[in-house]
Amino acid sequence: MKQRGILVRDFSHYYGENRSLNNINLDVYRNEILGIIGPARSGKSTFLACLNRLNDLIPGSRVEGKIVVDDQDIYGPEVDVVALRRKLGMVFATPVPLPLTIYENIVFGVRLLGKNNRPELDEIVEDSLEKAGLWAEVKDRLHTSALKLSGGQQQRLCIARVLALKPQYIMLDEPTSGLDPISTMKIEDSLRTLKKDYTIILVTNNTKQAARVADRTAFFLMGELVEIDETRVVFTRPSDKRTEAYLEGKFG
Amino acid sequence: MGGQLKLQPRTEQKVVQVFMYLMTSIAVLVLVFILVVILKNGLPQLNLEFLTKNPADMGREGGILSTIVATIFLTFIALLVATPLGVGTAIYLTEYTVESRITRIIRFGAECLAGIPSIIFGLFGFILFVNKLKFGWSILSGGLTLAFMVLPTIIRTSEEAIKAVPPAYRLVSFSLGSTRWQTVTRVVLPSAIPGIVTGVILSIGRSIGETAAVIFTAGSALRMPTSLFSSSRTMSVHFYILAKEGVSMPKAYGTAAVLVISILVINIVTYYLMEKYIKRKS
Amino acid sequence: MTRLEKNDRLVRLGLLMIALSAISVLAIITLFIFEQGTPIMFRYGFKSFLLGQDWYPSEKSFGLLPMIVGSLMVTFGALIIGVPLGLASAIFLTEFSHRRLTRILKPVIELLAGIPSVVYGFIGLMFLVPFIRDNFGGPGLSVLAASLILGIMILPTVISIAIDSIRAVPDSYREGSIALGATRWQTVRMVVLPAARSGIIAGIILGMGRAIGETMAVIMVAGNAADIPGSILAPVRTLTSNIALEMAYASGEHREALFATGVILFIIIMILNTIANVTSTRQRKK
Repeated sequence: MKQRGILVRDFSHYYGENRSLNNINLDVYRNEILGIIGPARSGKSTFLACLNRLNDLIPGSRVEGKIVVDDQDIYGPEVDVVALRRKLGMVFATPVPLPLTIYENIVFGVRLLGKNNRPELDEIVEDSLEKAGLWAEVKDRLHTSALKLSGGQQQRLCIARVLALKPQYIMLDEPTSGLDPISTMKIEDSLRTLKKDYTIILVTNNTKQAARVADRTAFFLMGELVEIDETRVVFTRPSDKRTEAYLEGKFG
Repeated sequence: MGGQLKLQPRTEQKVVQVFMYLMTSIAVLVLVFILVVILKNGLPQLNLEFLTKNPADMGREGGILSTIVATIFLTFIALLVATPLGVGTAIYLTEYTVESRITRIIRFGAECLAGIPSIIFGLFGFILFVNKLKFGWSILSGGLTLAFMVLPTIIRTSEEAIKAVPPAYRLVSFSLGSTRWQTVTRVVLPSAIPGIVTGVILSIGRSIGETAAVIFTAGSALRMPTSLFSSSRTMSVHFYILAKEGVSMPKAYGTAAVLVISILVINIVTYYLMEKYIKRKS
Repeated sequence: MTRLEKNDRLVRLGLLMIALSAISVLAIITLFIFEQGTPIMFRYGFKSFLLGQDWYPSEKSFGLLPMIVGSLMVTFGALIIGVPLGLASAIFLTEFSHRRLTRILKPVIELLAGIPSVVYGFIGLMFLVPFIRDNFGGPGLSVLAASLILGIMILPTVISIAIDSIRAVPDSYREGSIALGATRWQTVRMVVLPAARSGIIAGIILGMGRAIGETMAVIMVAGNAADIPGSILAPVRTLTSNIALEMAYASGEHREALFATGVILFIIIMILNTIANVTSTRQRKK
């Protein structure tokens, strides 16, 4: 039996009066890549924001039900939200390097904890960039602006920045949507390597990407979880007609 | 329009265009005329002695050093007080709250404050700082009065500068485990600094040129200020007295030239920064 | 609640205190001006202040009517001069001139907004006053001189706010009108100006506030006689000048009467501010 890291039970989310997620139940296993597919506005990104409580920042956001991460109810009263966000690192659809150097981007989260020991920081930078597959390309210009990198490099920088936090989970929200095929391939390669040490949740609007890298795949539609199963099963013998229709390109 | 005089639309357009051209020329020429007159009559008065000697014989002789020093002190105090208050207010309004009755009241207060005539600030500063708090006519009274006067400017420019910081930066910062305050100090403020500086510089310009609010709070004693509690005369007050009392027209022109040049330089720098850092982003 | 969240609450509270500074300053100013200025108004009756025509502080006669009329006259005069010039310039610079010319002239006009008011007054005193005296008669120090100087002083305010609100009118409006065969001017008159109206009005009201609140420039060119002016060539004293001229030596009831002058000025300005605020909010909502 695989170990369960995240348990989502009867979970719903509202923006004001609008329900954006309806009664979601799913588990995320450790060291798997869970792909989440579905058309635009199906609640995929909201789901990620609920997992690390970035939805707290939106006025009028409200939740029902339960999400448990590593045996802790993350909407419980004693939760340290800041620590939770470090545990579930997040990579956004558009790469957003902060207007700092490459080096300072990577150590941003580390410095927040008050760690400023130079050799330690140097090590974290090299290690994270190496894992994100960017070290070789930028090691000679760590102290130049991160804004000068190409789109694909910026996205890998964002992944490295998350890795520097030493998270247990990495959540990626359509990370390759704006990138060319080669950059996409590089990122998919790093995800496969990262799986050994991290649990990965990959939201994508590109079903083929889920087929390529995800161990299991969940299909979201209009705020509901339609089905979740081994990727192979979802793509070859989906149990729900809507999944089949979506995969065949009939909508979305 | 129209009425008895019916013109072809094309002819009307030509007439209007010429009229507008004339009006614009008048407006611009008058404003430029003022500048040219001051510089033409004032620049010949300027030399090292004028800038480095204290006024003598009520300003008939000597330079304007003590008034320059007084102006700088006063402006410095004004900004020392107004900058933290203004930037803090802007941070609260943009980062720590959503639009509500409180924010509307705060914004309305700042707007009203911006509209209050400087003479009212002068009256207020006179009663509160000079009389009630017994600071007397002094650099401190004048500086605090000016601080209140420039506060709305600093609030408004800082708010605009902070709003121009891309929202994605904040989201990323939070997702990396920042508290709100860390997001503000490490991401938002560094990006907003040029815009905030713009507001501060703009306020320097206003403080230098202000007369009515200063004359009743800082006084008009014509000597080098020695402490926060010295009564002293700023450049613009000095200029006003020289011109109004007809003490010395050459010295008045000279002082005006220094005043106008410093304010123009400040405004040009501001304009440049504004174009570069605020307008482009938003 | 964790330590970080507690800190965050403290910071929020601290910032709220700071944010209330602006409104507190406004409240304190209002309080002090009214505390100093209203008792004497109650003692002598509002009517004698607002409608009394004689200002002889030494004889306990505190009629502010000449100054109220004076302020209104010069402000009105400033608007007659400043608004047409300002609006025409704004329309010209946004709708008719070359882009490059606008790029040069707009900053020039905005830079001139920074020239201290004493300098405007001084120029008025040196050039305008003698010109009026020699060509139209009278002492030169007059309603006309004050109106002209104030009209010029409010130009940058009126022009830059009008330009901003004209620019805020979407280009699609103009294209629609021109596509229907209207000339550029017809488009401006029938489409652009009505759409930009409330912004332009807010700019005019702000200019008006600036004119009515201006002190030093007016003192230098207005002559300052505390009588209701009989013509535009007669000298005039405004509410602001009344305060500035006598504050230095006033004491006792005389000083209180100057604060009462401040109270009236304050009320006029607040009314104007509120109108400007409401008008510009309305445009933003549209």
